[in-house]
Amino acid sequence: MAEEVLLFGVWGSPFSRRVEMALKLKGIQYKYFEEELTNKSPTLLKYNPIHKKIPVLVHNGKPIAESQVILEYIDETWKDCPIFPKDPYERANARFWAKFIDEKCLPGIFNACWGEEKQHQNAVKEACEHLKHLENEIGEKKYFGGEAIGFVDIVANIIGYWLGLFEEASGTKLLTREEFPKLSNWADVFVSSCGIKENLPLARDKLIAYFRSRFGTGSTDASK
Amino acid sequence: MAEELSLLGMWASPFSCRVKIALKLKVVQYKYVEEDLFNKSPLLLKYNPIDKKVPVLVHNGNPLLESLVILEYIDETWQGYPIFPKDPYERAVARFWAKFIDDKLLPAIRRACWGEEKGREKAVEEATELLQLLEMELKEKRFFGGETIGLVDIVADTLSLWLTSFEEGSGVELMTREKFPKLSKWSHEFASTSAVKENLPPKDELTVFLKSLFGKPAK
Repeated sequence: MAEEVLLFGVWGSPFSRRVEMALKLKGIQYKYFEEELTNKSPTLLKYNPIHKKIPVLVHNGKPIAESQVILEYIDETWKDCPIFPKDPYERANARFWAKFIDEKCLPGIFNACWGEEKQHQNAVKEACEHLKHLENEIGEKKYFGGEAIGFVDIVANIIGYWLGLFEEASGTKLLTREEFPKLSNWADVFVSSCGIKENLPLARDKLIAYFRSRFGTGSTDASK
Repeated sequence: MAEELSLLGMWASPFSCRVKIALKLKVVQYKYVEEDLFNKSPLLLKYNPIDKKVPVLVHNGNPLLESLVILEYIDETWQGYPIFPKDPYERAVARFWAKFIDDKLLPAIRRACWGEEKGREKAVEEATELLQLLEMELKEKRFFGGETIGLVDIVADTLSLWLTSFEEGSGVELMTREKFPKLSKWSHEFASTSAVKENLPPKDELTVFLKSLFGKPAK
């Protein structure tokens, strides 16, 4: 049976890269379409009329939007190299941390890097509290998924790679090795792992310039 | 094997209610612990040190947080009534709409009903557009889950009793029968389902509570 897998993404987006990581880890063939965020294709708008965002995975003509929803679908559809644990409690734990990263960590990071200057210190404190939870969660494990990359590692790609870019673009350092030795170590291991390193956008300067132009140069003058 | 299941919740929380509905549908016995959100118990703080919120489901000593995560766990752990569809694509669609309700629709409804007056018109417009998307998704189905309630119906519990209370408490009308005939009908059918009806808080008390929690009404 001929299978058609399409992915609409943006080269610099951690969300579309998550999907690529999952597809590559599972050895799934797909056709990639690069979208321009300021000039979205009619196809993207047709496949994701609700949010008009990337990534969108289209499997045999059926579209799925939202990166975490896509990752769950990928794991349920292609059984090789599972991303999720088998045990229901561990699965719940993975879903919890993924939610935590996207709903708490990421907005906190953005606030710390590009929020109002007068709130800067509080924003940094809050972002670091979130990172501390992740530091405690990774503990002595190689990956959040244990011995192999799992759902939380993929969702944490933002922490593993993009956070460094945000820090450089905004001048706000959050993930220091002194304060977060385990998480820093995880990030090093993550970005050099097979299936991940081939899927990271390597043009760092271009990305940093993009984030600066989109979000500003950050609260670099605020005392830390 | 003795099974220990407790739910730490709060009577007025639609999120706690979701878990109660799911456990009822699965016919699972549990111990309910009412939390005072202004005076959280050491138990809650122990089980959810991250954001100290309800609901928390504790199964054989293992805590589960976040209502959507809990609903997935319940469906995976107890057989019987299926909350999620079987087909992976339909499951993805259900998860998408659940996320839509929590990430986009509920914040918009809160802003429309309880936000600052100067932004009210725009907030109402936004909430209305988002409700329209859900109205279209329902189509001619009795429930989002089809003939019986499923994940999206349970997650949309806020749109039944709570939205009515929001509207009464704030004076802002959002889900009128004229604009949203399908959702209005759904709301009534959903609230009449036995698993839901038994777990809904009393409306008048809820309205008073929400009004005190969220602030001044529009009028």
